[in-house]
Amino acid sequence: MDTTSLSLANPKPPFTSPGQKWATAIGSIGLLLLLLAWLNIGPIFNSIYFWSSILLLAIGVVWYSIDMYKNTPAGIKNNGVWFDSLTNKGLWAWVLGVFVTGFYVVLYWNPHLMGYNAEGSNTGLVHFFDPLSMLLKGQPASQWFVYGTLYTFAIFFFGIKYIIKYRHNRYQIIRTISVMFFQLAFAFLLPEILEGLNSDKAYFGKDFKNIWPLNYYFYHDWHLNGMLDGGKLGMFALVWGILLTFVVTPILTYFYGKRWYCSWVCGCGGLAETAGDPFRHLSDKSLKAWKIERYLIYSVLVFAVVMTALVLYSFFTGSGQFLFINTFQVREWYGFLIGAAFSGVVGVGFYPLMGSRVWCRFGCPMAAILGLQQKFFSRFRITTNGGQCISCGNCSTYCEMGIDVRWYAQRGQDIVRASCVGCGVCSAVCPRGVLRLENSGKISDRAKAIRNEVITADVHSAE
Amino acid sequence: MKNILIIGNGVSGITAARHLRKLGDDKITVISKETDHFFSRTALMYIYMGHMKYEHTKPYEDWFWKKNNISLMRAEVSDIDFDLKRVKLNGKKFKDSAFKTNLTELSYDILILATGSASNKFGWPGQDLNQVHGMYSFQDLEQLEKASPFLKRGVIVGGGLIGIELAEMMHSRHKEVTMLVREPSYWNNVLPPEESEMVNQQIIMNHIDLRLGTELKEILSDDNNNARAVVTGDGEEISCQFVGLTAGVHPNVKWLKDSELAINRGILVDEYLRTNKPDVYAIGDCVELQNPPKGRRAIEPIWYVGRIMGETLAHTIARSPIKYNPGHWFNSAKFLDLEYQVYGNVPANIVSPLSSYFWKSEDGLKSLRLVYEIATNHVVGVNLMGLRFRQEICEEWFDNHFTLEEVVKDLDRAHFDPEFYKKYYKEIETHLAHN
Repeated sequence: MDTTSLSLANPKPPFTSPGQKWATAIGSIGLLLLLLAWLNIGPIFNSIYFWSSILLLAIGVVWYSIDMYKNTPAGIKNNGVWFDSLTNKGLWAWVLGVFVTGFYVVLYWNPHLMGYNAEGSNTGLVHFFDPLSMLLKGQPASQWFVYGTLYTFAIFFFGIKYIIKYRHNRYQIIRTISVMFFQLAFAFLLPEILEGLNSDKAYFGKDFKNIWPLNYYFYHDWHLNGMLDGGKLGMFALVWGILLTFVVTPILTYFYGKRWYCSWVCGCGGLAETAGDPFRHLSDKSLKAWKIERYLIYSVLVFAVVMTALVLYSFFTGSGQFLFINTFQVREWYGFLIGAAFSGVVGVGFYPLMGSRVWCRFGCPMAAILGLQQKFFSRFRITTNGGQCISCGNCSTYCEMGIDVRWYAQRGQDIVRASCVGCGVCSAVCPRGVLRLENSGKISDRAKAIRNEVITADVHSAE
Repeated sequence: MKNILIIGNGVSGITAARHLRKLGDDKITVISKETDHFFSRTALMYIYMGHMKYEHTKPYEDWFWKKNNISLMRAEVSDIDFDLKRVKLNGKKFKDSAFKTNLTELSYDILILATGSASNKFGWPGQDLNQVHGMYSFQDLEQLEKASPFLKRGVIVGGGLIGIELAEMMHSRHKEVTMLVREPSYWNNVLPPEESEMVNQQIIMNHIDLRLGTELKEILSDDNNNARAVVTGDGEEISCQFVGLTAGVHPNVKWLKDSELAINRGILVDEYLRTNKPDVYAIGDCVELQNPPKGRRAIEPIWYVGRIMGETLAHTIARSPIKYNPGHWFNSAKFLDLEYQVYGNVPANIVSPLSSYFWKSEDGLKSLRLVYEIATNHVVGVNLMGLRFRQEICEEWFDNHFTLEEVVKDLDRAHFDPEFYKKYYKEIETHLAHN
């Protein structure tokens, strides 16, 4: 059986309209300006070019999106997703994957290649972003500022594309506005502005929705000291950070499931849901993948907890040695393996090859905790509608977390899975209206039982 | 331990196999000539549209069958000896099959026939030309795919569920589509006029060339026996490279016509799904019920019926005999972007002793119809376009004899649209009060 594609010729018709070509050209000019800056082409370092670059990219993405959807009636239009090189692991997918992976390698381990200079003033791409950095916090940009800007940009403008794509679905629209807002305001603008206002003090995290253990350095000695020396704002960050993990998170997850964070607030989730949306179907749905997922994600959680316990031990005792373990080395290894390699390089770089939620599904310790809460102490469920499922597979295919939604839907069983981030796309793509995301005390027991696989009344009573 | 043989690996046969395995340890073998593994027939369209690949339409991974000790076989059955309880295979080889078998005969203790449907052909001149196909089987999809590189315009004959799906398929690949519908409005032998008109509008909105009240007269051939055009009842010639025959389906029983099996239009079965031959049962599309339950038809070729029959029969064989009791009628579909659900009794032509209340949203994309008995005001049917309702609540209304007014006050409980979707129930209550 030919399982790759039935198609003899490339079945994807030439979808690119003149408008889309113009949009691509305009976006490319914006990208070209960034490239010229990266290559240190002298005259480029003028704020006018920086703003032009950002503006051209924005126009490119938005215009392309509008043109793409303007002539089609609102609705689910995943036409040609599995025929397109970019979204079906073809050449363009590899090109993009290698490019993004390369960017992360430079960002984490070779920032000098993009112009960062530890000893003096920056050059290249980092220097290019100075106009915005000066505006927000009165300091020159760093490589992290460049990254934060591009990241926010991606969520914001691909978020607009997502909203146009799902314009018939209010859950998707509101959810996407939420991730755009939290990224722009809480992850980007507010921290940068507060950083500018507190530039005389040691650094500590000012993204007040970044929660331990996703924010793995929260309890590191330098960060604790930063908050303790950080005046009122520092004390707030410390108390709020602890409350977030141990009070706010369990309460919200009880009422709404992990989605309140993973697909409404979180930046990693935000990028996956917007820029990563074209790749959501690439997640592996096999039972084997689910097994790997459970081993991996809970291992990372244990690693995060042990690492944090060790750094706290060092913080309180002043000793960097616990038995035979060097706590600083454990911390460094966590930062390298999980913080950088897994969440960044693999998590985003492999979007076009493994889907948009690789990190969230296999690695994020925060998602692991929220998942356990969701599975055992939450009112959130995906309810299935009687016997209406036709086993078509759209729900499973478009589940970014690789959940085989159909397995449950076709036997009328409500779905409670630790990994479900509540994006709502299974419900949106279902051609028979079988799935609904719900928070309700009334339905909390239904998921535990296989509800009505047996639909015949007689058989049901005989069982 | 019984030796159970199932012919057909569609939803009926596979549901029977799965439930038989759940309930016992009989030997189970499933034969198919279509594909090695069970796939969702209703998802064929999404393969062509690029929403999914073939592998995504398989509800169970390939290891599932071995693990559950269900033997799968790819073969074509030529004959059944009901006295010796043997099935003869014609030895046909399948190039795309991963299974190998040299068997020519299989014996059984219990035989389940789940052979599905075949597309209707009404003797149109040219109906057997190349590039003229139904859209039912995996092979039909392969044929359409084969024709696609040269396909500029496709003509679809018949306005039913498969017809509009085929139209959507070709439309998604930017092919010109003409739909010939014999009736004056789309699927109006099933949908009431208002709903039928909503689907007409949906088709036109998608720039599909809808020809209502138009029949196919003949299909014209080129020198190589390929379809090159159709001629309509009005004599108009429409040039095309593919003709989809989607004027309904019939039970796939032609190959059994000369056997001792009692067959009318489908394989005749009683309420235990038994045929006239001992230990031979039939389920799904290929079945014709001798005594259909009240309000149901003798032949109901839909997914849900096949599944319910499969479940019921498994129980009858592995535990104790249970009558086929499908409960309240329900069905659903999606007409391009317009979702459709029906529960209970909603005739196309609603006449006394029934009447109905109908509401449509201002944008014309959502509607609700409640069918009720005039004498009692009891609601007996719910028809929905662009809205999703909970099946169990609708059935509760029917079982507990809710009146029209009671149902309209209770609509919120049936609400199944995604969160934040606009609720029209207050508007509907007011609307009903003013009518």
